[in-house]
Amino acid sequence: MVNDVQNVPGSPGAQPGAPILTMRGIVKHFPGAKALDGVDLEVLPGEVHCLLGQNGAGKSTLIKVLAGAHRPDSGTITWRGEPFEVTTPVAALRAGIATMYQELDVVDGLTVTENVDLGHELASAGFTQRRAARARTAELLARLGHAEIPPGREVGRLSAAGKQVVSMARALSHDARLIVMDEPSAVLDSEEVANLFRVVRDLTAAGVAVVYISHRLDEIREVGDRITVLKDGRTVATGLAVDKTPTADLIRLMTGRTVEHAFPERPGVPAGADRRLVVADLSLRGVFEDVSLTVRSGEVVGLAGLVGSGRSEILETIYGARRATSGSVEVAGRRLRAGSVSAAVGAGIGLAPEERKSQGLLLDEPVYRNITLSTFGRFARGPMLDEQAERTAAREQITALDLRPHDPDRTARTLSGGNQQKAMLARWLVHGCDVLLLDEPTRGVDVGARAEIYGLVRALADRGAAVVVVSSEIEEVLGLSDEVLVISEGRVVHRCPAEQIDEHGVLDLVMEGSAA
Amino acid sequence: MSEQTPPTLATAGSVPPDPDRPTPVDRGGAPGTAVGPTQPPPSGLRRFLHGAAGRNIGLVIALVLVCVVGFATAGERFASVDNLMTILRFAAVIGVLSIGMTFVITGGGIDLSVGSVLGLASVWASTLATQTMAGDIHWIVMVGTALAVGTVCGLVNGVLIAYGRVVAFIATLAMMVGARGLAEMIANRQTQLVTVDPFLDFFRADLLGISVLVWIFAAVAVAGWVLLNRTTFGRRTLAVGGNPEAARLAGIKVKRHTMYLYAIAGLTAGIAAVMMLARTTAGSSTHGQYYELDAIAAVVVGGTLLAGGRGTIVGTVFGVLIFATLANVFTQNNLSISAQAVARGVIIVAAVLLQQRLAARHRST
Repeated sequence: MVNDVQNVPGSPGAQPGAPILTMRGIVKHFPGAKALDGVDLEVLPGEVHCLLGQNGAGKSTLIKVLAGAHRPDSGTITWRGEPFEVTTPVAALRAGIATMYQELDVVDGLTVTENVDLGHELASAGFTQRRAARARTAELLARLGHAEIPPGREVGRLSAAGKQVVSMARALSHDARLIVMDEPSAVLDSEEVANLFRVVRDLTAAGVAVVYISHRLDEIREVGDRITVLKDGRTVATGLAVDKTPTADLIRLMTGRTVEHAFPERPGVPAGADRRLVVADLSLRGVFEDVSLTVRSGEVVGLAGLVGSGRSEILETIYGARRATSGSVEVAGRRLRAGSVSAAVGAGIGLAPEERKSQGLLLDEPVYRNITLSTFGRFARGPMLDEQAERTAAREQITALDLRPHDPDRTARTLSGGNQQKAMLARWLVHGCDVLLLDEPTRGVDVGARAEIYGLVRALADRGAAVVVVSSEIEEVLGLSDEVLVISEGRVVHRCPAEQIDEHGVLDLVMEGSAA
Repeated sequence: MSEQTPPTLATAGSVPPDPDRPTPVDRGGAPGTAVGPTQPPPSGLRRFLHGAAGRNIGLVIALVLVCVVGFATAGERFASVDNLMTILRFAAVIGVLSIGMTFVITGGGIDLSVGSVLGLASVWASTLATQTMAGDIHWIVMVGTALAVGTVCGLVNGVLIAYGRVVAFIATLAMMVGARGLAEMIANRQTQLVTVDPFLDFFRADLLGISVLVWIFAAVAVAGWVLLNRTTFGRRTLAVGGNPEAARLAGIKVKRHTMYLYAIAGLTAGIAAVMMLARTTAGSSTHGQYYELDAIAAVVVGGTLLAGGRGTIVGTVFGVLIFATLANVFTQNNLSISAQAVARGVIIVAAVLLQQRLAARHRST
């Protein structure tokens, strides 16, 4: 069939018939690097085709080729039985290929309708037909199960999940035959993911093909039909039936290794460990109330809860990035000034924020400057920077964390998600933080690198750091933490040692909390 | 999930390199941002030459072009030492303003008020009262007055923008209008002649055959370069301009720093006011009109990102020299100010286009 690598034809979930899309031998060079080195992909109408691969395997480049954002150097694309050259993004859209990018590509200042219609506004003689457009958008939103989003609402005022829905409505508005979804669930909580899957199933039932990219194997298990695995810009397996391929095989194909997606051992917190971070009755009016938690040296405390439950806000308030309306934060017995990030940083707290790119990194600056962003003053002699000392310190962390590539002068933008996260950790390691607040530490991080991040977090705790972890993935919170706090609607509804609760237990508590 | 295989690393300090992990190559997206792992890193010297040339070659070409046109049309009159000094003296005042503007723009802001603040400082430093005091004590009183007026205006801008959360464009627009009005009120729309001779003697002198004004510009430029590229202040400026939220969450006091940036712009406006007083031997509320636009043009043509996060003092100096030389070429050929304005508009666009092309090529090699 398509190629010479592993190939398991048609699974029960896929509809019979000719492929709607066939990509063969796609090669794409960037100066100095080969991003794609012979990729094959075959998608059937009405199937959910999952694209798996580590960060840097070429998934993003491949979908950009498909969307017309990059032109391949060689290879052929066959679309609905005919050779097809995707020259521009508009050509791809006209042909019926719509792409939802990982980075939410909506315009905050425009309304929902304007975003959905962006680039193909309903107009007569240059005047937009606002009412018709609005009605059509409302219809699309209803079809997506989100009739409650007003088409006239400004997109900037929607939640991340709401923006995702808008992005999806835009893809649908093109009457697409194939929709590429690049990590659509990254910003969604479990309830919204369930809704996303319902929409995906509706789409495929109508014969639309979906190329689904995700790092979450459980999602792929739930929604996918077949899998193509990429590694180092090549297709290493294609057409694998989702329900017949064991997870271990997939990880082996992706990594070339047999490492399991595993959490490190929890050695347990020593009895005499000092109380490093003490948060008492912390409140932020309208967001969360009376949150108290104590993290001892060597302990990892996890906050579990749905998106919007106030988890991230709690971290940011502890950190002083938001000013608490009441309550106190103490580090090693000293009370911090409320609403002062520099006081928190001075006391040895570090935050790895949820949105690495917009809140954490200087993307156009070299890695070493990102690593020393909170400490460059310390390396300086008086007011004068000592960039060599900064590079040396950064290089130490780069080696210790295996941040790839091992080049402190590389621009942060060019790193993969996992390596960007390591740069964030490195920043606080150089700083010598003994309290670390990690918000979604593995968002956008591939499976192989996740285990590394988990190991790092545990290693930091073992060296005496107090760590607070927030994650949408309940499994991650449970696997990583010693103690878990379940948050629902801005309140701590339950706290217990991590071994004493499982994913279902957490979900039950959360649902109960929201019902009350 | 239950606990399984131990993680690949036991402690952060002893991570074995893993040859199987792929290097990220596709995350950058745009062509040229990804560099393969096999490519050897360029040496420091090569990187420096490559970088400096890549960044400024367009500016050098533009400056040479203007000079060639000048020589072709005005010959010896253009290419004389005297004329070179004239160009530099002309460039000095705008140059000092542009250095301050480079900091504000690199930090993600804009300052429309520097021209008006220059006017106000020149008037304040040349009132009868100030000049009498300067005559009695020392001419340094006039300098101190101008610098203080400029810095205070800059601080007001900074406080409004950083702590009052007024958009920079609006806050400095208000200062632009207000400072000009205040200057007119103080001077009563009269030109105030400078009568403190030691002041004029000092600033209108030559040092090693070069005007003191040019030396001041050079000193401010060098100080600006060191401050931006070699100090923690400069690093904070880049961070605040590049990603204010990341800077804040890393513990940098973004508001205070923003305030300082506008104070620097005000200070340079004060220095420029002193230079203006010396050059024209008078203080006037009309001094510095539209200088803010000339300064912004020089900064942007020089390659500083208007969005913030990247700034170049060397580029700014080139931008100032290009416009100063251009003005001189037009004057030498008795062409109108209006024609000159058209040419400047064209140069702004052409220089920015050229910079973008070269920057793209620079990245991809």
